[in-house]
Amino acid sequence: MNETDAETLPESTPFRFILNGLRDTGEVLLLAGDVVRELPQGLRKVPLVVQQMVAIGLGSMPLTLIVALFTGAVAAVQASYQFRDYVPMIYLGTVIGKSVVIELGPVLTALVVGGRVGASIAAELGTMRVTEQVDAMETMGISPTRYLVVPRVVAATLMLPVLTIFADVVAIFGGYMVAVLTLDVSGHTFTSGLRLYFHLRDVFSGLIKSVFFGAIISMMGCYYGLRSEGGAEGVGVATTHAVVASCLLILIVDYLLASFLFRVLFA
Amino acid sequence: MPESKGAAEPDIVIESVSKRLGTKPVLRGISLSVAEGESVVIIGRSGTGKSVLLKHVVGLMRPDAGSVRVDGLEVSELGTKELLELRKRMGMLFQGGALFDSLSVGDNVGLPLREHTDVGEAQVGLVVKEKLHLVGLEGVEEMRPSSLSGGMKKRAALARALALNPKIMLYDEPTTGLDPITSDLINRLIRRLQERLGITSIAVTHDMRSAYHIADRIAMLHEGRIHAIGTPAEIQSSSDPAVRQFIEGSAEGPLLPT
Repeated sequence: MNETDAETLPESTPFRFILNGLRDTGEVLLLAGDVVRELPQGLRKVPLVVQQMVAIGLGSMPLTLIVALFTGAVAAVQASYQFRDYVPMIYLGTVIGKSVVIELGPVLTALVVGGRVGASIAAELGTMRVTEQVDAMETMGISPTRYLVVPRVVAATLMLPVLTIFADVVAIFGGYMVAVLTLDVSGHTFTSGLRLYFHLRDVFSGLIKSVFFGAIISMMGCYYGLRSEGGAEGVGVATTHAVVASCLLILIVDYLLASFLFRVLFA
Repeated sequence: MPESKGAAEPDIVIESVSKRLGTKPVLRGISLSVAEGESVVIIGRSGTGKSVLLKHVVGLMRPDAGSVRVDGLEVSELGTKELLELRKRMGMLFQGGALFDSLSVGDNVGLPLREHTDVGEAQVGLVVKEKLHLVGLEGVEEMRPSSLSGGMKKRAALARALALNPKIMLYDEPTTGLDPITSDLINRLIRRLQERLGITSIAVTHDMRSAYHIADRIAMLHEGRIHAIGTPAEIQSSSDPAVRQFIEGSAEGPLLPT
């Protein structure tokens, strides 16, 4: 479907790599434009959006919570080790709370959900593409962007912050449990530390990031899924690309958003 | 801008269309026109661009050069809305059926009605039943496409393509992979649609039995062009060595095995 000059160049030249990257960027932006254009029509497909919200949100909940629990637990162990002899343990709750809501909660949730949901979106849409279901949809006058992409992007963008809120709570709980049960820190010390320097804007900054992460995960899944070609192998390649691209973009965008939020907006 | 349809303009006009896929030229200046109510069958070996040609007619692909006009409209110049209107008047049967896995068979057939018309649910149910009956399927509405056999999938897909009563039908290998009896059922159905409803159609196949049955004219695609075109009788009596080799299904001749 896409011929570019990149394909006439020999395999694996640096030029080809750069041209492919530029082409992907351009096409993702075009798809994003389509999504925005089709948004009002796509949102009327409430059952499709709800179906995706259940698959993406509820379906990812157990994994997210387990990851969050152990993230909080290990944060408590590591922080107490670093603090020993230098920092009073009242700051344990402070540092766990802040690191979880600002960084660990949103980013680890996004990476885990990116693996799970990004792969499943890419595999599903990729299979639809190679079995001509997407072509069939277009010839029936039904826009694949409206019918397939918009519900997934909307659902992921709405559900990632929700998952992140749950992850934040469970991760802090994990840290609390480890601190109280194994580190000889009293529950009162931990929660007092948690309240110390607690700013709601820290939580919001994490949730704002997770909105972007949700959009990235679903867009990458849809983009690579819809452009897969060549049967089962092509679907496999698309799935890999979707997950790799999601993870990279999550970390890059995390840096950019952190710079913007904490150096510009909340500075 | 699309001009209105002239009186003598055939339904589908393909004019010197060229298309490269990657670096490989697939269509090299192909021309073909199909009159209203006519059934044209395109034969040719696998990989000669038969399906690619169909995708140009329905606007899934755009030609590198040349023009494709359907109903007097230049397909590649249509905007989203105009293309949608044109597609509502066309149906396409895909090779593997291309039924949506996530929907039941009944919902597959009913989807075009629910998306493009205002008819109520009861009416949708009736049309779904009627179209499925037309292709010889009963009581499969609630089944998943994955639990149907290949032939049933194709027939359900045909029912879906017919849901909006199209005036142009495109068939991509309608009988490939079907048993002879189901093939004959599909052939008769295609013929009946054309005779009773005056549907204009292009079918792509390498099943010669099917081609003779459904074609008013047969065109052989070879090396990106129409190599030969004529009525089934003319093709059968052709003395062109490539045509003879193809219709007789012989490994010996000018067409090399690939």
